[in-house]
Amino acid sequence: MPKDGGIGASSKRREDLRFLTGRGKYTDDINLQNQTHAYFVRSDVAHGTINSIDTSAAEAMPGVLRVFTAKDFEAVGGIPCGWQITDRHGEVMQEPKHPVLAEGKVRHVGDPIAVVVAETQAQARDAGEALDIDITELPAVIDMRDALKDGATKVHDDLTSNLCYDWGFVEENRDAVDEAIKGAHHVTTLELTNNRLVANPMEPRVAVGDYDFSTDEHTLYTTSQNPHVIRLLMGAFVLGIPEHKLRVVAPDVGGGFGTKIFHYAEEAFCTFAAKEIGRPVKWTSSRSEAFMSDAHGRDHVTKIELALDKDGNFLALRTDTLANMGAYLSTFAPSVPTWLHGTLMAGNYKTPLIYVNVKAVFTNTVPVDAYRGAGRPEATFQLERVVDKAAREMGIDPVELRRKNFITEFPYATPVAVEYDTGDYHATMDKLLEMSDHAGFDTRAAESKKNGKLRGFGISHYIEACGIAPSNLVGQLGARAGLYESATVRVNATGSISVMTGSHSHGQGHETSFAQVVADMIGIDESQIDIVHGDTAKTPMGMGTYGSRSIAVGGSAMVKATEKIINKAKKIAAHLLEASDADIELKDGAFSVAGTDKSVAWGDVTLAAYVPHNYPLEDIEPGLEETAFYDPANFTYPSGGYGCEVEVDPETGKVTVLGFYAADDFGNIVNPMIVEGQVHGGLAQGIGQALLENCAYDAEGQILSGSYMDYAMPRADDLPMFNVDHSCITPCTHNPLGVKGCGEAGAIGSPPALVNAVIDALQRGGHDVTHIDMPLSPDRVWAAMNG
Amino acid sequence: MYNFEINRPSTIADAVKALASDEAQALGGGQTLIPTLKQRLASPETLVSLTGIDEMKGICVDDDGRLCVGGATIHADVAADGRYPALSAMASHIGDPAVRNRGTIGGSIANNDPAACYPAAVLASNATVVTNTREIDADDYFQGMFTTALEEGEIVTEVKFPVPEVANYQKFVQPASRFALVGVFVAKFSDGVRVAVTGASEDGVFRWTDAEAALSDNFSADALEGLSVSADGMMSDLHGSAAYRAHLVKVMTGRAVTPAA
Repeated sequence: MPKDGGIGASSKRREDLRFLTGRGKYTDDINLQNQTHAYFVRSDVAHGTINSIDTSAAEAMPGVLRVFTAKDFEAVGGIPCGWQITDRHGEVMQEPKHPVLAEGKVRHVGDPIAVVVAETQAQARDAGEALDIDITELPAVIDMRDALKDGATKVHDDLTSNLCYDWGFVEENRDAVDEAIKGAHHVTTLELTNNRLVANPMEPRVAVGDYDFSTDEHTLYTTSQNPHVIRLLMGAFVLGIPEHKLRVVAPDVGGGFGTKIFHYAEEAFCTFAAKEIGRPVKWTSSRSEAFMSDAHGRDHVTKIELALDKDGNFLALRTDTLANMGAYLSTFAPSVPTWLHGTLMAGNYKTPLIYVNVKAVFTNTVPVDAYRGAGRPEATFQLERVVDKAAREMGIDPVELRRKNFITEFPYATPVAVEYDTGDYHATMDKLLEMSDHAGFDTRAAESKKNGKLRGFGISHYIEACGIAPSNLVGQLGARAGLYESATVRVNATGSISVMTGSHSHGQGHETSFAQVVADMIGIDESQIDIVHGDTAKTPMGMGTYGSRSIAVGGSAMVKATEKIINKAKKIAAHLLEASDADIELKDGAFSVAGTDKSVAWGDVTLAAYVPHNYPLEDIEPGLEETAFYDPANFTYPSGGYGCEVEVDPETGKVTVLGFYAADDFGNIVNPMIVEGQVHGGLAQGIGQALLENCAYDAEGQILSGSYMDYAMPRADDLPMFNVDHSCITPCTHNPLGVKGCGEAGAIGSPPALVNAVIDALQRGGHDVTHIDMPLSPDRVWAAMNG
Repeated sequence: MYNFEINRPSTIADAVKALASDEAQALGGGQTLIPTLKQRLASPETLVSLTGIDEMKGICVDDDGRLCVGGATIHADVAADGRYPALSAMASHIGDPAVRNRGTIGGSIANNDPAACYPAAVLASNATVVTNTREIDADDYFQGMFTTALEEGEIVTEVKFPVPEVANYQKFVQPASRFALVGVFVAKFSDGVRVAVTGASEDGVFRWTDAEAALSDNFSADALEGLSVSADGMMSDLHGSAAYRAHLVKVMTGRAVTPAA
């Protein structure tokens, strides 16, 4: 029976009342007294030398307060990178300077050159257009393969080449993998591109900087998934402002999808300029600017080879990937194609030997960083595509080939350095086949054929690593930060509770689901609990929300802090009940003495903590407030079986998604409705990548799909009704809630299922097509069929 | 957006007068022009709005049985009209509800976007474009991408559509913009068939005369067998090669004939 409160209940999202009635408070809703407006003048060429910038005409224009260029930032640092990769030769990655405003050269379309601050947005823009900027255009390097050629134009003159790093993993396995592939009964090879995407959160990025001369305090309001991380990066590495003089606030944020993790130049600029100008400085990105200044996602070119024995057992896997970094290293860019990608290459399978090579490449394009899934979609896509291709080549049913190679015993240490704690892949596969009426497919395919259409069914079975991450481990891997999470539970005198979390909600519904956890532990109503997030002045130092980590890491911190609260409250209750604290039980919001009818209500205990008239002051302090930091022992490993049924119109190449089925194992579930919504959103983005979205550059480095006229976002009518299940549960063994995380699964598992379905449809229709690169737009499918 | 003056005449005569100034530009429903202004890609001194002119709004049938659509009539009104079913169906799939409730037929054909729907309907229907000074046959009106027979300051006041015996419009949408990647309007009259294609050609809307001849003899999709469209002169971009567009012209023509027949 469904619960009506606490863990496991589909409590309605309390934040939706304000979001759906237009009362959300987003960064652009913040307008400070005496505020000024910043307009960024950006490069319209992909690569060029800045000869001169004449600001005089612009400075004379109405309302203009000041024009900033790189020389104003000589005394401050560049935008830092948060992860350092060491390559297969033991060398650290090449790390170019990333200035706040372009110094001497522009390196991608959208690279900021100058900023005008004026009384109004329109005045700032008018003056921006009046700037006289002389740039000599240079040849641009856009294609990664070209970028690595001898003599290629260098994106950064001070680096030895455009190669950021050449990463091998696990380097010791390299020769053994080569040998195994050489001698194998069958090797399936697939070359593919994982298309470049633009995250496109509904809310564009915004920054408002403020400076208080009386206290020497800086405040930045920004659209961030992790305000503490921004405070640390910007304060310590860019502007040199100590934490106690810098407050970062990320209020309601309208979608992040990874692209709002990173520290951006506009944030540093507004913070810096507010003190320079002596007034608040605000910048709101236009949608056009977002296409050329938000970090992009994906953009891998990969060759993958899977070796099998005659029975279809996987023997070895080898991948070669080029990963586009863009023109500068965004905050976590180096980690995405390496530790968030290579470590997932085992998938659900007991492949004994794996070797992953990744070359990260600088190009004259917008920086690329984490986007929903971050490395794991890239890993899953190539693996689930090559497994499908191998099944077809060997004449083995794709379901059976997967089952034959499934890992079945846990914990399982993969050859790519991670240990899966739990999972039951056969269970999710069984559930998927049942949900999707796999047995009835042939009948449906025959019906499609009658209508002149080709029907296909595709599967993928994914694994991901969430709940990033054990700090000591990621430190060894090059992370320049810890990846714990924090929570402060502040119980008020009358028993209501404020929970301050380092996690950040930008659509995930934390205010609801986090409250459910604390309510469940104490046994009080969820309405008595508020979740406070997004303000470094209110929350303990925490690392924020990305990588499906919030409930697994942030939730665990909250559990730890709440446990401390309960332990202390039991001591107070024991005193009030004149019993030993070992005998005190907490149930449904009341403390009782075991085996007696003596009890005291939660509110009486909390009141005693703050009005300690009858209180064991000699043993415990008054008050009821606890903070906990939780550092995970391992990643969590959600997994699941995804199925996609499509129809292809052979005359036009148009793909229609008829059904999408997701059987996920997320471990324990706090709020099933929110989990379902998270999967729906992930599926929409995954199907968007597979079918529609494509950030394309021309050879000169201009973005061909720089607006919604050409960048196809998925619309509701592009998507089927989703069929989602999360009843297969193997709880995580190493966190207190047994949770795994659900935010990215949909985007990770869905692209290969869709592509496999289209290939299935085409092959059933007699077309010898083995691969089409995403997005599977009608013209690409038609071209493949008419190859 | 740069600053501009706005002029809202209530008669055609006043609109013509207002447009006589060099720096004035006509504004229909604004579904192309306003986004262009917002991106600062145009800087007219004065916009002359045509949407307050009652004599340019509304739909009627004239003595010759033609459906006469006022130049300032919004797509939603044409969609709801129903007296020329294929035209109404076409109008009902332009853009989204917001576009259909602002955009006008006059604005659409004055702009003559090579991927817009209306030009195909006007050309296939052999409609007459009425302006403040003259009447222009559809065949003479469309003169290439974003180019028409309109003179400076000339206003499309009405479009007169002969209503065909049967007609149908098939649009294959560009996935992002949902403009026509290829759109084909087929109209069968007692004296022959007209086929107009939008979205495909570098020269904007055009008539596929080979198909017209074949369909005039035999109005069925089978009549198209053996015909092909050359990829020469077709647009090629991120969403479709010239060869793909040429292929789609034939597929969409066949589909327009099948439900129409």
